[in-house]
This record gives sequence, structure tokens and C-alpha cells, in this order.
Amino acid sequence: MRHIISILLENQPGALSRVVGLFSQRNYNIESLTVAPTDDQTLSRLTITTIGDDRKIEQITKHLNKLIDVVKLVDLTEGAHIERELMLIKVKATGAQRDEVKRTTDIFRGQIVDVTNTIYTIQLVGTSEKLDSFLAAISGTTVLEVARTGVSGISRGEKVLNV
Amino acid sequence: MKVELLSGGEILIRALHDEGVDIIYGYPGGAVLHIYDALFNQDKIEHILVRHEQAATHAADGYARATGRPGVVLVTSGPGATNAITGIATAFMDSIPMIVISGQVHSSLIGSDGFQETDMIGISRPIVKHSFMVQNPEDIPMIVKKAFYIATTGRPGPVVIDIPKDITDPNKKFKYHYPESVKLRSYSVPSKGHTGQIKKAMEILLAAKRPIIYTGGGVVQGNGSDLLKELARLLNYPVTNTLMGLGAYPATDRQFLGMLGMHGTYEANMAMHCSDVVLGIGVRFDDRVTNNISKFCPGAKILHVDIDPAAISKTVSADVPIVGSITSVLEEMLQLIKQSDARVDTQSLDLWWQQIEGWREKDCLKVTPAGNDVIKPQQVIQCLYEITNGEAYVSSDVGQHQMFAAQYYKFDEPRRWINSGGLGTMGFGFPAAMGVQLAFPDAVSVCVTGEGSFQMNLQELATCMQYRLPVKIVCLNNEALGMVKQWQDMQYGGRYSHSTYAESLPDFVKLAEAYGHVGVRIEKLSELKDKMTEAFALKDRLVFIDVLVDPMEHVYPMAIAGGAMKDMYLSKTERT
Repeated sequence: MRHIISILLENQPGALSRVVGLFSQRNYNIESLTVAPTDDQTLSRLTITTIGDDRKIEQITKHLNKLIDVVKLVDLTEGAHIERELMLIKVKATGAQRDEVKRTTDIFRGQIVDVTNTIYTIQLVGTSEKLDSFLAAISGTTVLEVARTGVSGISRGEKVLNV
Repeated sequence: MKVELLSGGEILIRALHDEGVDIIYGYPGGAVLHIYDALFNQDKIEHILVRHEQAATHAADGYARATGRPGVVLVTSGPGATNAITGIATAFMDSIPMIVISGQVHSSLIGSDGFQETDMIGISRPIVKHSFMVQNPEDIPMIVKKAFYIATTGRPGPVVIDIPKDITDPNKKFKYHYPESVKLRSYSVPSKGHTGQIKKAMEILLAAKRPIIYTGGGVVQGNGSDLLKELARLLNYPVTNTLMGLGAYPATDRQFLGMLGMHGTYEANMAMHCSDVVLGIGVRFDDRVTNNISKFCPGAKILHVDIDPAAISKTVSADVPIVGSITSVLEEMLQLIKQSDARVDTQSLDLWWQQIEGWREKDCLKVTPAGNDVIKPQQVIQCLYEITNGEAYVSSDVGQHQMFAAQYYKFDEPRRWINSGGLGTMGFGFPAAMGVQLAFPDAVSVCVTGEGSFQMNLQELATCMQYRLPVKIVCLNNEALGMVKQWQDMQYGGRYSHSTYAESLPDFVKLAEAYGHVGVRIEKLSELKDKMTEAFALKDRLVFIDVLVDPMEHVYPMAIAGGAMKDMYLSKTERT
């Protein structure tokens, strides 16, 4: 099963490599990874999506917690949560395709953020599943480039991840 | 408060002293010359100059295992740092507290492929508990404080401190103040176990009909030996130790079934397999213990106590997991048992002990003499045990001799058996024995080795001469890589692919003599005891005792790969 693990990490040199290294060292999978500083300059927030059964996920969270630079973590998929991913996608948009791509983008509530005579660059935000669906929906179009950020997430309601 | 001005190098040495360090094992080089100069100008910390950085780490490791205090290593950048890697990995696998200080090139050169530059933080990352790169000389005291705190608390482990050369510049002086305490927001040490879980475990344990207490290195590292004895005796339950846990429970005690696992005793492995409750303390259900996990202890409830939550249910699912320090959990268990109305089921326990005595009668470690005055390797360990009254510190290398030492030297005290159980590092034993000898100058420090392992760090004969370390080296010389050869006998039709070298072995007696030590060669069983006794009588000399042993001997019992714990070869011709 797919899990989204959010981590508060000491904003120290080499801290990220400890997290990434742990995954390769113990043969765990990273599906996506996002990282950036938080409002607290001493902390970074990392979000990792990974796949594994409960036993594997338990080991992953235990080993992550053992890393000295990991301050706190939460498996967002254990409760109600919001996940978002941003995708920039550059497609060929000529002739009849131009309107079709625009319509599909509107249906997915995406935005065309750059335009040339032959190209649309579309920005789309949503769950990974939604972004996958969009790619499937425009599969008739020539996709030139896809840049996805990977998943970021946060718990719903009162539950917070902070120090 | 008095404030002094010190250079980065001086700050480091002072901080180590303030942390209580008495010995550093190291080797100088360009990137650490400022630190070595700071060492030269003081007399509080002794520095032991090894002959290879790997030996520095093993010596510090031996020191740490024997004393319980962290071992400290100082090496230069590049090759100095990479040479230390095997020793760091060895300590990491066995959860040994160690501080490794490595020099690094000048900050401005980092990343430029400078002379003797290597990314020590990167290379050591998967085999350290944590690491620090020093970026400011004023940070050194706090980093040292943190490093020792991390290395010695919780599940112990090695910590690397990488120091660029400019940080220790003797011309730049800073205020020195050593912090009294340290707190890390991202690191908390589990102390007490969960009382509810301990109660639950106690109920299951007291209701057991065929219980066994299975303990490991965690009991040694966590200083839980006395409490373990109290618990086992209060319950009259059988105890087995892992390779790493030997000595945690007295081997000569009636309730001790011997080591378990791949080369464990018949009675220990049978009792594990047939048990209905396993109380695992400070163990990690390693593959060398469990054999095939799907067939492991089929009828048993597993109660697992460990300070590391990640060790629990990693390979074998625990029915009752307890995370906490060994001593606090054992104390609480003892208290609960004493208060409890529940009593041990003595009737079932009597039957259980009868069954165990039946297995014991097999006498699986019985040594059949080879005849013709040929020495069996087991007889050497038996002889060693006798002449040292079972009181020596015994370090070992890796291979058949290691297993024979584990099986035949009956350790009654923790921290006496010093071996690389997790990583299985050949070349570990001799430098580790040096570290033990430096920690306890008056103790008998023995290295049980083989002619293969010994040649992996024999350069330390020079270190032992320089510091007059009277280590006794007992070499079970079978003129081959014995354990490799045993596997080739058993699984590869006796094809000895690159495991023999009889024609190119050195004369170990002359080798020892060349370094100024004493060498003894023993080839006949009839001479074994007298010559060994003579060698051990040379109290202030290093003696290399080269014992020619039966080259065809195998280590038994031996687990049958893929089987359950009850599946063992008991000899070349007998299996369960």
C-alpha cells in the first residue's frame, strides 16, 4: 500500500542524505520526495511517498525515527489528510488540438501558464491520481515534457506536525 | 568562570579530557597534525600509535567492550579515514560505543579532490549512529559532548566527527567552555518500558509450561547481567545466550544451556524450538540464530525486550514488544513477579527440565580425541580455559576458532568475551585484545585466532612491543581458512577453492621473534598443556602460541540451512 510520510528534519547539511541513504541501504522504495524549509528556519519538511505492507512501513518509520536529524514524523495515510502535487506539462498545441487541450485543462482545473504558437505549458495541482488522470486524458496529444514536484501533504483538522 | 583561549586542536583534546577520555588510538597524518601537536603538549590523555587505522578502531572497540566506556579513535583524512571504515562497521553491527575523529582537508579544498580528501561523512553514513562535520572551532566542545551522549546512550554505536584542518589552526584561539549537559530535541532515549506491556509479558511468562530466556549482546551492553541472573534463578527457567551475549549469564550455571543458533548446542536449539514462551532480552533474532524464520519456534509466544524499537518485530514478530532499557525493564519484571500471586507452573517446569536434561545427555560438545598425539582445536580452548581459570578476557577473530572459543570457553562474567559477531571481521581479535590489555594492564588478555585472521592485522605486533602489551595469542593453526573449508567440504564436494595456503604460511615463531616477542610452536597433544602453561607464565611478554591442530575438524553442531532450529548436523555423520 502507498503511504505518505511527512518528516520534520533538522535543517543541517547532510541531513537529507541520511534519509535518502536509509531508504537505499535498507532496500525501501521512494516513489516521490519533496523537501523545503518550513516557517521555522531550523527545520525542513520532507514528504516521502513509499510503498510497502504494514510491517515494512513500521520498520521504515522506526528507522527514520532513529536518525538523529529526524525531529518528528507522521504517516499521513494513517488518518484523514490532504495531499497535493504540482505538475508542469509542456504539450504540442496546434490545429484542433489547441482547443481540445484547453478544454481538458479547464475540466481538470488546470491553468495554461505559458503559450507559444505551437506549445502550451500547463500547470496542474491535485492528488497524484488526478495528475495521472490528466496525463491519460491528453494521451492523444504530443507531450514534450513533464515536471512533477512529488507529493506534499498535511493532516486534516486539528492534528498538526510541529515541534 | 575562568575563560581560556585555545586553538581548535587544543579545544578538541581538552574536550576529550573533560569527557573522561584516558586513551586515544590513532595514527597521524597531514590533516590531523595540528591535533597531534595539541596532544604532544599535554599529559592527560595517552595516545596509542597503532600500525594501521583499522587496528585503531578494533583496539578502541575492544576497550569499549571490556570497559563499557566509549573507545576513541583519531585518524587522518583520506586513506586514514577509509582504513577506519571496517572497524566502524564492526562496532556499528555490534552496537559498540565509539568516537572516531577524522581529519579532513582544509575547508576551502573540500569538494576539489584535494590531496588525501575523501567524503568521510558520506562514506561512513550507513555505518554510524550519527556524524558531525565541524564548521566552527567554537562548536567543538558541544559537538564532542553530543557525540559521546549519542554514542553511549540508547542503543550505543559509533559516531564520527570530521574536522577540516583549518578548524584546528594553532594560530586561531577561542574561548573554551565545556558544556555540562546536552539536550537534543530530535533524540530521546527510551528508559522505562511500558508497564502494561511488562505486566502482560509477566502473565504469559509465569503461565509458561516450556519457557526459555534467550538473551544477547543487549544484556552485556546494558549491564543487565545481575538482574538477568536474579530473574532466571527466581523462575528457575533455562537460559541461552547468543554469540554476542556470552557471559551475560554464567556459563557454568546449571540453568545455562549454552549458546544457541548456527553453532549453538543441541539442548539450546532444541529447547528454543520446543518452547511455548520465548523471553528475548537484548537480542535481534538474527539469521544466525533463527535459521528459517517461517519454521522458527512454531509453538512459542515471543516476548521481546529491547532498547531499540526498530529491533522489535524486524524479523520475528513479537507477541509482546517491550521497548526500554534492559535494567529498568528487568527491575520492573522482578518487582512484578515478587508481588504477583501467580506462581510458576512447577509441575510443567519439572517435565520441561527433564526433557532438557535428556537433550543434554547427548553431550553435543564432547570431544573425541584424534589419536596419534594430534591436537583437536577444541582441546586447545579447553586447555586455555583451564590454565586461565576461566577468568581471561578472550577476544577472537572470525571463523572456526571463534566458534570453538564460544563453545568451549565457559564465560561466567559479561564483557570477557570480545568478538565481532555481527559483521564477522577477520583481523578484529588481535587489535581488540590490545585495547583490552590497555584498559586492564594486569588482566590476562588472550586473542584466540587462526593463521588466516591473524595475518589480517599482524602488523600490530609492533604496537604491542612499543607499549609492552603482554597479549597472549593462541593461534589454532589448521593451515587453511577453516570455516570456508568446512563449507566447501559440506556443500561444494570438498573443492577447496582458494581456502588453503599451507606452503606459504610464515614461521609464526620467527615472526613473533622478529618483532621482539616470544613465539611457541605446539604440535603434539602431549605437550599442549605444559607449553601453554609455560607461555602464560610469561606475564610481561607477548607470546604467540602457534598450535598445529587437526585440519579436518569441523564445527558442530551446525544448523541445517533452511531448516528450523531443531535441524542440526551433530557431526560429520549424524544429524537430527
